[in-house]
Amino acid sequence: MTTLRAESVSLGYDGLRVIEGLDLTLPDGKITAVVGPNACGKSTLLRGMARLHPLDGGRVTLDGADIGSMSRKELARKVGMLPQSSIAPDGVRVAELVARGRYPHQGWFGRHSSDDDAVVATALESTGVAEIADRPVAELSGGQRQRVWIAMVLAQQTDIVLLDEPTTFLDVRHQLDLLDLLTELNRARGTTVAMVLHELNLAARYADHLVVMAGGRVVAEGAPADVLTQQVVDEAFGLRAQVVPDPVAGSPLVVPVGRFHAGA
Amino acid sequence: MTLLTTVADLRTARRRRQLLVVAGMVLVVLAAGTGALLVGAAGLTPGQAVAGVVGLGEPGDVFVVQRLRLPRIEAAVVVGAAFGLAGALFQSTLRNPLASPDILGISTGASLGAVTGMLVLGLSGVALSATAFTGAGVVALAIWLLAWRKGLHSIRFVLVGVGLAYLCSSLIAWSMARSQEHEAAAVLTWTVGSVSDIRGEQLTLVAAGALVLCVAVAALARTQGPLSLGDDNARALGVHVDAARVGTLLLAVALVALATSASGPVAFVALVAPAIARRLVNDGGAALTASAVTGAALTLLADVVGQHAVLGVPAPVGVVTGLVGAPYLLWLLATTEKRSR
Repeated sequence: MTTLRAESVSLGYDGLRVIEGLDLTLPDGKITAVVGPNACGKSTLLRGMARLHPLDGGRVTLDGADIGSMSRKELARKVGMLPQSSIAPDGVRVAELVARGRYPHQGWFGRHSSDDDAVVATALESTGVAEIADRPVAELSGGQRQRVWIAMVLAQQTDIVLLDEPTTFLDVRHQLDLLDLLTELNRARGTTVAMVLHELNLAARYADHLVVMAGGRVVAEGAPADVLTQQVVDEAFGLRAQVVPDPVAGSPLVVPVGRFHAGA
Repeated sequence: MTLLTTVADLRTARRRRQLLVVAGMVLVVLAAGTGALLVGAAGLTPGQAVAGVVGLGEPGDVFVVQRLRLPRIEAAVVVGAAFGLAGALFQSTLRNPLASPDILGISTGASLGAVTGMLVLGLSGVALSATAFTGAGVVALAIWLLAWRKGLHSIRFVLVGVGLAYLCSSLIAWSMARSQEHEAAAVLTWTVGSVSDIRGEQLTLVAAGALVLCVAVAALARTQGPLSLGDDNARALGVHVDAARVGTLLLAVALVALATSASGPVAFVALVAPAIARRLVNDGGAALTASAVTGAALTLLADVVGQHAVLGVPAPVGVVTGLVGAPYLLWLLATTEKRSR
């Protein structure tokens, strides 16, 4: 088990602070969803925790060790990250793209070995893209493509997988498909999953641990049922809403009010 | 189990295809090289040519083969491979099929360096190569400083490079206008690439330099796969993105400078060879080896075509590659605007 923790981190762009002294621990073996309004710093936070964005202050630790002092390859063997809207190069096929996830496990002049093939095969299988292993990625639908990218991150064989808005650009059915897939991986492998999501109700349903951010700080975090209240939604999003139990999952369901439809 | 064999088979098929492309291009090089050995003002039979290569034939044949034809073939192969490899490195590192050193003005910068070294400093030989290196390096640095904005914006790289290429060409034209008549002819060889005068010590030096650079490229080649997925993905996979990119570009600039210092700018080889190689290999990779061999094949073919007056008069290799490359560039411009950011 490995724990990724942000310890009073500050992050920003060109001297503009987005996040100031934020603490966050990703619970081991759980699914964490980070939600919040646009520009609240949720993606920046995730990128900082994956060392894709430089910290202006504080540190990110993996089991207590500062990830800034690890080699990038070492970190990439422990923490996987799927950035927003990744574009595959022309001509690359599914199995080939997934095999690139093996990079941190290979040496200087390392070639793919049969061990790598086995890991790639498992990743293809568990993401349900085995049948299309020889298809060019560019020809796939959005939902399939996102599964392939997740297969690539799985081929990295990390205990922790971070995903920056993995469901954006997917229709609602494929959003559910993808979140089901991530749940499956989390349950079957015990992989710690943390993702930035836009869709509040799906986040509340699929997350074990929900983090609500606004203005660069954590407004509330914990079990979705405890966290996602009217007050929190109002504080974070400036949104008047009713929160009722999701009839399917029992998790909190946020029903926004808006200007033209009076709340009961 | 079956899936495992599928994955393994796909991997083998991919490598086989790479090898096939490389082998095919090597065959083209051998065929064109053989043609270039046999055909010319002094027609040789295959027997005479072979005897000439091993130094056992008639003294006249040995001279024609070893002093005239073989060095020219070797020069075309070395220079072409260097341009092809440099182009592949630029294009994959900057993730833009247009970002090749001839479009970006790196080779023009090397030419300007050489022209300046020749006319202003009165240099020749290795010292002249040094000024070519300086020219290429200055242009590369200028592009970097003008185009880098906390991240890679490959369109800006291309636009800045195109601008600098024009600036360098104008400066070359200006020096040519100011120079004496006999100097102007020498300057001309720096505006149109030619492999007809590279031999002896210079050829050995260029070949050795290219070999060293190729070994260095091989050490960095593995980062190209992750880099082609974008900076974020490459970092997430454990690549030191900035170091890998700077290292790759430095090696590519050195390859261009080395080749240009010998032959002058052989137009479009660095642009076209990697594009052909990538299309043939078609695995989403940078196709580095295939690009180098394709560059060698293209340059040698173009030189054979130019040398034997297929165009009516004997023309240096750069004229032929320009005639073939320019339409290709237009086609590329017309068809790829949607991909680069």
